[in-house]
Amino acid sequence: MAGEITRQIVNGILIGGVYALMAVGLTLIFGVLDIINIAQGVLVILGAYLSYSLFNKAHIDPFLGLVITIPAMFIIGVVIHWAFISRLRGGERTSMTLLVTYAVGLIIEGILYKIYGASNVSLQPRYVNSSVHILGVYVGWVYIWGFILAVALVVILYALLYRTRFGRSVRAVMQDETAARLVGISVNKVAAITFGIGVAVTAVGGVVFGETNAFNANSGYDLISRLLSIIILGGMGSVGGALAASVFMLTLESVVTIWQPNWAVVVYYAALVIVLLYRPTGLFGQKAVRAQ
Amino acid sequence: MKTQNLTKGGGIVVVLVVAVLFPQVFTNPAATNYGVLALIFATAAVAWHIFSGNTGYISLGQAVFFGSGAYTMGIAARDWHMQATAVFELLPLSAAVGALIAVPFGLIALRVRRHTFIVVTIAIFFIFQLMAFNFWFTSGSNGLNSPFLSWAPVPYNQNFYYIALACTVGTVVVAWLVGRSRFGLQLRAIRDDEDRARGLGVKAAQVKLAAFVISGAITALIGAVWFYYLNQVQPQTGFNPLFDLTLVLMVFLGGYGSISGSLLGALIIEPLYLWINTQPKLNGYNEIMLGGVFLLVVLFMPRGIVPTGSEYLTKLRTRGRPAVSPSTTIGPASSSPSAPSVSSGGAR
Amino acid sequence: MSALLRTEGIKKAYGGVQALNGAAIAVEEGTVGGLIGPNGSGKTTLFNVITGYERPDTGEVWFGDRQITGFAPDKVFAAGIGRTFQLTRIFPRLTVIENMLIAAQAKDRPKNLLAWFSRDAWTHHRKHAMELLEFVGIERHADVLAGSLSYGQRKLLELAYVLVADPAVILLDEPAGGVNPTLINMIADRIRLLNAEQGKTFLLVEHNMEFVMGLCSTITVLESGATVVSGPPEIVRTDKRVLDAYLGADLDEDEDAGPEERKAEEESR
Repeated sequence: MAGEITRQIVNGILIGGVYALMAVGLTLIFGVLDIINIAQGVLVILGAYLSYSLFNKAHIDPFLGLVITIPAMFIIGVVIHWAFISRLRGGERTSMTLLVTYAVGLIIEGILYKIYGASNVSLQPRYVNSSVHILGVYVGWVYIWGFILAVALVVILYALLYRTRFGRSVRAVMQDETAARLVGISVNKVAAITFGIGVAVTAVGGVVFGETNAFNANSGYDLISRLLSIIILGGMGSVGGALAASVFMLTLESVVTIWQPNWAVVVYYAALVIVLLYRPTGLFGQKAVRAQ
Repeated sequence: MKTQNLTKGGGIVVVLVVAVLFPQVFTNPAATNYGVLALIFATAAVAWHIFSGNTGYISLGQAVFFGSGAYTMGIAARDWHMQATAVFELLPLSAAVGALIAVPFGLIALRVRRHTFIVVTIAIFFIFQLMAFNFWFTSGSNGLNSPFLSWAPVPYNQNFYYIALACTVGTVVVAWLVGRSRFGLQLRAIRDDEDRARGLGVKAAQVKLAAFVISGAITALIGAVWFYYLNQVQPQTGFNPLFDLTLVLMVFLGGYGSISGSLLGALIIEPLYLWINTQPKLNGYNEIMLGGVFLLVVLFMPRGIVPTGSEYLTKLRTRGRPAVSPSTTIGPASSSPSAPSVSSGGAR
Repeated sequence: MSALLRTEGIKKAYGGVQALNGAAIAVEEGTVGGLIGPNGSGKTTLFNVITGYERPDTGEVWFGDRQITGFAPDKVFAAGIGRTFQLTRIFPRLTVIENMLIAAQAKDRPKNLLAWFSRDAWTHHRKHAMELLEFVGIERHADVLAGSLSYGQRKLLELAYVLVADPAVILLDEPAGGVNPTLINMIADRIRLLNAEQGKTFLLVEHNMEFVMGLCSTITVLESGATVVSGPPEIVRTDKRVLDAYLGADLDEDEDAGPEERKAEEESR
């Protein structure tokens, strides 16, 4: 039993790292653009399908294929922003953009359904079932690669945010859009690129998710409901919060799965309810939702 | 002003007459079917408006109530073994269940604002869908069946048409009453500036919750009607992720913030949706089209038909008359009488 | 006469900035008080503390013999203190008369469920609201959406609906800010009228010196979150500390200027 729990904890932490990447993307988008990208879940599936097609048609290993899929997802993100989000103006903008991302997600889901059909698929490179012996348990290689990659990308993102001029612009826009404009920052460009980055990270999530789960076009709902709970728990707009909440929640879910595989996902909603009752801004959230 | 009210009243009478006569004229059951479902969604749309249209808090969790109403009736039908039409008398129970669910749901969700609120409603929706799949008393993915209700010799569809019509009219009346009341005014003040309204003494939390409960109860009721009409419910149909987005699309198309807009949107979209489902070439494109139409409406006609239309009509009516310019008319400073007594109702 | 509204030793800090540092103000009943000070001196923060939009770190706010420190804005309003905002806060999508009715209904709890939905109870509120709209001169726009009013008209609306609930004290945050001189005179007129005929107490925050000096019987000057001086206009306008606060303490070249020049400089602000 102890071995089982340890394995789940280790798995939870490893998967948590990957979810953290997706959650960080989501929370960055919120912090900079003040919108919640409901399509994030479906975009992960899109990334998974892209890797799937690359793997099955061109025999490119999914992890290596990220060299293609990450930029591809980035471009897709920028296009979505340019086409739909940047055009929204007016007072009800934030609620409207949420609905817009929901609609975009729906369209993408529909297209994936049309192209790939309803049957479940998954990514099956040779190493998908091999595992390594750590701390007395067997841990799949996939999880480890995914975790390492996720950590690397989060570090890169942090460096981007805190060590580059662009990152400074991003943080400036996060704090005060008008002031940022006044000092000459092209808010629209920053917004587009941030959205692109937020989407690009879903490519990694897609690979790990695709290698560890059977998925189809409808699998995005599971993902987005987890991600939303995570960023609310961690505090919307807080990168550190997203990290902490991801690892925590995924570990919790993994452990609960031992006893209640069907209901394990309820921990997300329980966490959501508890957070909303006692600390609506989330554990690390400082950015209060701006008054309209 | 008088002529405006007369034309409005006349218009309502005409619409009602048309609605009542519709199944008598178009006796084809397929046509009536369109009518039933359109009216069911019209009820749901107006119920959505009562809360979300007035307060500005966009709810994407109405499916929670819709499905709960359906499931309540389904469970009652299965466990209480009631005879055919007697089951129908349980309808108020579904509204009560909707109201009961709305209270804790609202207490949690209304603690946050704007898009966090929307996200919370989505999350609660997913929980309910999950529960429908997994709870022992909901028969899991098989769903539940209802007894076939027939009030012969009136055709089945026609019966449900009039039931749905009654629901729609009733909901419109409730929405209208709310709109013209003190309660409605407070809701709309919350929509404009909740903090200022609070500062002026509006009990925002109570008022929002009340509207949410009313909206939930009605949606649950119409969910039950829907269940009886279709004779079955499953977790993915009772708690359909597309339900709320479709509802929002209807309201935005017709005109967010108005009763007639919500009605119009539902009466346009639902028959269209049903017709599309009958076209084999368009099979499987549901989601794409729903998302696509939604984007078109939001990006190009965000205020919807009714407000844009009424503006256009006003333009036509006031053609040629000089505009009333607000900035020129402040009373001359010298001619004001002494200050009116500020205490309510007191003499000077 | 003890002060109707007073604060004692209010301190409030935001991060590293001490916005209020022992600010004290006292407004006698039936007077029009003024609160002035250079930008950043803490005037609006003090207003926010008094009316419950901010909580002070330490200090007390007294209304008559009641302590209202830390009361939420609606309790402050219910206690009888009304307040307007620098950037007018009205309900743009409600009509002008509806804006008034929102403020009116707060003090009038409906007796039963029916009253919630009926409009009859509003008839006398409506009448009273129209009287107030006439008083400020915008009754013609009663059925217009408040969002389409001009800035000056919004200020008048805000004044009107703050009066609806019959507050004893009215706090006005820059009532003359951003409006034309005719309107400024009208606003000053209304304040004088309400003060003279009904003994309403006012406290204004203002930058317009002419407005303040002409209207207020007591002026409190704030600087860096603390009270510098408080007294009638003649005293305040020539007080060296006030001049220092506005002009900066080390303007040596101006020391040669006589008292007339200094007055003129100060009044032209």
